[in-house]
Amino acid sequence: MIDLIIHALVIAGLIISALMVFFFRDLLAAALAAGFFSFLISLEFYILQAPDVAISQAAIGAGLTTAIFVIAIRATTRYEEGNP
Amino acid sequence: MRMSKIVRTGANLLYPFIIIFGLYVIMHGHLTPGGGFQGGAVVATAAALVIVAYSYQEVTGIIRNVAMKARESVGLLLFIGAGIAALAVGTPFFYNFLANSGLLFGMPVPFGPNPGDLNTAGVIPIMNVAVGIEVWGGLAIILLYMLSSVAKEGS
Repeated sequence: MIDLIIHALVIAGLIISALMVFFFRDLLAAALAAGFFSFLISLEFYILQAPDVAISQAAIGAGLTTAIFVIAIRATTRYEEGNP
Repeated sequence: MRMSKIVRTGANLLYPFIIIFGLYVIMHGHLTPGGGFQGGAVVATAAALVIVAYSYQEVTGIIRNVAMKARESVGLLLFIGAGIAALAVGTPFFYNFLANSGLLFGMPVPFGPNPGDLNTAGVIPIMNVAVGIEVWGGLAIILLYMLSSVAKEGS
């Protein structure tokens, strides 16, 4: 029962953070939301008993990809322009 | 251009601890979850933290380009050297000639439930260390080259 609740919470957090990535106009906040998405998916891998994959996902997805996005935002502009 | 003082202080504070944790994951790769690639990626995350926090001129004083290239080459040479060394003692390529030999990492694996003996598994820990060093250098050099183009554009 407690597994099911934790699963539901993590999956709800995944959907919410994915929507946050889509709707943010501030690109730095969107990059951090993508990092949070990666962190939650590594938590899901750990719950599904794949700790090996969880370590790689936390290091590559949440750490290095976010760093690459932040460096790219430093080279360009921070706010998205134009109306959707 | 660089980040605020809070980010720089946090990066300075966390840098050694993340490196120690990554080296732990690399060194215990044959006993616990994780291994060469995962530990190397964790160590590269520490480098990424410093690279994000500082400007390119400051970061080359902390993480040098040549040192990261040297890590990449040393890791690859150590990996292929462990394979060639098996040929040198008269066994097939990449044969685990150190296991149960009593030399480096050569103790027999204890029987039954046990906490895990670090001094086992032969050439597997050596290859984990090689892959870890190689991934550290490779991922850090990618981020350094990205940051160098930012400095060239001029923000």
